Amino acid sequence: MSALDPAPESAKRSWYKRNEIAVTPWLFLAPAMLFFAFYVIWPIYQSIMISFYDWDGLGDATFVGMGNYVELMDDGAFEVSLWNNLKWLLFYLLAIPGGLFIALFLNQTVTGIRLYKSLFFFPFVISQVVVGLVFSWFYLPNEGLLNGVLALVGLGPINVLGDPTWATYGIIAAGLWPQTAYCMILYLTGLNAVDPEQIEAGRLDNAKGWKMLWYIIIPQLKPATFIAFVVTIIGALRSFDLISIMTNGGPFGQTRVLSFYMFEKALSEYGFRMGYGAAIAVVLFLIMLVFIAYFLWSMWKEEKGR
Amino acid sequence: MRFTTTSMALALAGSTMLAGTAHAELTGDLKIFLDTSNPAPRATMEKMIGDFGALHPGLTIETTVIDREAYKTQIRNFLTADSPDVATWYAANRMTPYVSAGLFEDVSDLWAEPAIADNLASTKGAMTIDGKQWGVPYTYYQWGIYYRKDIYAELGLSEPTNFDEMKSNCQAIIDSGRACYTIGSKFLWTAGGWFDYLNMRTNGFDFHMDLAAGNVKWTDDRVRATFANWRELIDMGAFLENHQNYSWQEALPFMVNGEAAAYLMGNFAVAPLREAGLTDDQLDFYQFPAINPDVALAEDAPTDTFHIPANASNKEAAREFLRFAVSADVQTEINNGANLGQLPVNASASVDDDKFLNEGFEMLSSNSPGGVAQFFDRDYPAEMAAEAMQGLQEFMVIPDNLDDILNRLDKVQERVYK
Repeated sequence: MSALDPAPESAKRSWYKRNEIAVTPWLFLAPAMLFFAFYVIWPIYQSIMISFYDWDGLGDATFVGMGNYVELMDDGAFEVSLWNNLKWLLFYLLAIPGGLFIALFLNQTVTGIRLYKSLFFFPFVISQVVVGLVFSWFYLPNEGLLNGVLALVGLGPINVLGDPTWATYGIIAAGLWPQTAYCMILYLTGLNAVDPEQIEAGRLDNAKGWKMLWYIIIPQLKPATFIAFVVTIIGALRSFDLISIMTNGGPFGQTRVLSFYMFEKALSEYGFRMGYGAAIAVVLFLIMLVFIAYFLWSMWKEEKGR
Repeated sequence: MRFTTTSMALALAGSTMLAGTAHAELTGDLKIFLDTSNPAPRATMEKMIGDFGALHPGLTIETTVIDREAYKTQIRNFLTADSPDVATWYAANRMTPYVSAGLFEDVSDLWAEPAIADNLASTKGAMTIDGKQWGVPYTYYQWGIYYRKDIYAELGLSEPTNFDEMKSNCQAIIDSGRACYTIGSKFLWTAGGWFDYLNMRTNGFDFHMDLAAGNVKWTDDRVRATFANWRELIDMGAFLENHQNYSWQEALPFMVNGEAAAYLMGNFAVAPLREAGLTDDQLDFYQFPAINPDVALAEDAPTDTFHIPANASNKEAAREFLRFAVSADVQTEINNGANLGQLPVNASASVDDDKFLNEGFEMLSSNSPGGVAQFFDRDYPAEMAAEAMQGLQEFMVIPDNLDDILNRLDKVQERVYK
């Protein structure tokens, strides 16, 4: 008898009470999901839709199908942007070993280490715009510090930002400065969590120097490396402010990347080809999607392995 | 900011007369958006709006000043979404997107009034699209070559009147270890100014406008002739080296320090040059010399304008404000040396007694028989201008790429003017 009692009673309880365990997490997730849908998913959908139209943002939009994408295939400036994006992706990753190296250096116990640490933190704190300005002055063809130093060792003046072959690398180098500082911060935190017993055990097994670093320390820094990788890739793909400040995409458009080219075509003073800009945005999104998929996949693998 | 009492009295008297002709007392709100964000123009505009407000106490005027560069992108938003009653913008092709989208009010009725029709006739063409007028001009300024008189004197040079003199002068300047012309092409439009002048001097105003209208291909031999002339200057080293690194302001110190002798620029360059310490004994102006003696001289003189957005809510007050802004006294006042330091558009207004304004006014009113262009990025459709100016900068840095550049521009032209 008593086993039957709960059934009619649970029927009396409200629907929410009955499904509380299943529903509550979703209630907590709902605001985030709504915002994500509204501010991320919906704009992505809109971008994709607009990319099929020829639209100046004011008048009527004309459907052109794949027209914008066909035009992109034949667009020299787009090609330049794509290659530059690739350069950013590759060289920006230097921030990770750079950050690790500096973090290891700053992890020593030396007098005044706090001062050195804060000096290395500095570039991460200042705005990208300031970084861009400082590096522009550094690179100036006549008065710049760089050419002053080069002249000391007998090398001719080079106009880093004015020379189409060097300009992109010059900007990436400027971007690496704060990005390395960021990776360094991540690694400093990671180094705090390194297990001293494992190091002790490694010492007993006669590991030191590079071997200690490679087999004992770096594996323990895997979470930090992962985050540094994610942040650096995203930083490389959305590079914009430095380009805008340092060269404005020039000389003659040779330092554009996809995000800057999209801005120029869709939103700048002479732009307002919304459809074309959206098509560039979609291409950039597809590139990002490759990385996002990889990140999600590795996180999922991590979860499963536990 | 210094106002003489007489000019104030004049301005007030003039505008009261105008107000007398207006129908009824204006009431309600008047929202004005300005792009005059630099300190002097900003103060000038605010003062002018204050004067207008004093004449119409029933009107609540709200002024918003937006950074000049930001304005260029924001105008699209505020014209469609939250429209002011009056907005500043530029003449000629730069109006086209908003005119064709129906966002600017047709103000042909104002242009039919004798006070405007008679006095502003010179800019009517620049304000006309589809046979209607879409705004009124409040100021314009000449372009030309500003040069270091003391350097010219030191080298025994005089203002050139033709291309050969221009080149021989330039050679003398280069031999003295300076650049003939400073230029900062980082933001591209400065190169557009050089193309405007070289093309108008080589092929004439009408040809230049034909190219702007897309009736001539960029690979045309006549355009090539323009570039050939330009190349002569580039090859002799006339232009400041590494100009692609500098903005137009960053190119000023080269002239101030005497590393470059001249600057092809708009009259707005005079103020910073004077502030940097150049006196009127050191700084002078000449009209861009003739290249092809068979073509009439034509000039660039960009016009800044007021417009009424189509979605404005107080169009009556806005029209009254436009009448006020173009009236002779107000134009005299706002364009004087202490304020905008530019040229009044109203023919009955007087030009402030400033060396450069006088020379510019003289040049535009009597020595520009070919015509008056706006400027490269205002005469050419925006997209064409953007691509072309980038090509012009590339040409100035790597002249050998010319064929490639011109073919590319032909391709863009086909798309833009379809």
